[in-house]
Amino acid sequence: MKSLSFLLLPVVKLVKIDTTINKYAEISIQVEDFDHGFEVNLLENDNVEDGAVVTFSGRVRNNNLGLKVKGLFLEHYPDMTEKLLAEIIETAKQRWNIGRVKVIHRIGQLAIGEQIVFVGVTSKHRQDAFAANEFIMDFLKVKAPFWKKELTELGESWLAAKTSDKEKAQAWSK
Amino acid sequence: MIKVIFFAALREQLGCGGAEVSANNASTVTQVKDALGEKDADWKNYLANNSLLCAVNHQMVQGDFSVKSGDEVAFFPPVTGG
Repeated sequence: MKSLSFLLLPVVKLVKIDTTINKYAEISIQVEDFDHGFEVNLLENDNVEDGAVVTFSGRVRNNNLGLKVKGLFLEHYPDMTEKLLAEIIETAKQRWNIGRVKVIHRIGQLAIGEQIVFVGVTSKHRQDAFAANEFIMDFLKVKAPFWKKELTELGESWLAAKTSDKEKAQAWSK
Repeated sequence: MIKVIFFAALREQLGCGGAEVSANNASTVTQVKDALGEKDADWKNYLANNSLLCAVNHQMVQGDFSVKSGDEVAFFPPVTGG
């Protein structure tokens, strides 16, 4: 037996982290809920160059794979999450002509109907904002280190990654 | 020392958030996993799951990636956010 030193580390702390990549892109991993209207205002405020604002928000639904869902628990890998989201946003900025970007992802315990994720993108014309928003969301799904644990009528279980999400992200490189 | 951290289902299976492995015992990600697997049969079994992903210093890597003292190695299941 080789010598091993096992230091048992605590579970990751749930803290709010705001990462401002630059003036026009912001990432927030947070326990708290967010105000959709407030976020849209931030995207639009003092921004008369962009005519298009596309937002996506994801919520906890009450059903999955035929089971009644009671709630979700979201875990993430601090720092790596922000780094990967920044890379995804940077890739989107190189591919489309977009203005401001905001990504919010919540962590911790979430009840049915609560907001989980927000992606907001502005651009001069709608096509860039639509495409970039979907791209960011698709890659967040398959790259950003978040994990969902579902509480259903049968108990708790960690969700498995979906092949359809992987295929959706891969389709962008075709 | 190499700092190792676990997430989600793997964290619960192993019953802890992380461990430290001496850099003398491991120079690649696979060797880190092998060293951890020597703790007991359960750890060996859970860490053998070939769907597990690995990041070194927040960068996704494969098993043959080199590691050194001071690195942060994370093992976790495929991601499911959004």
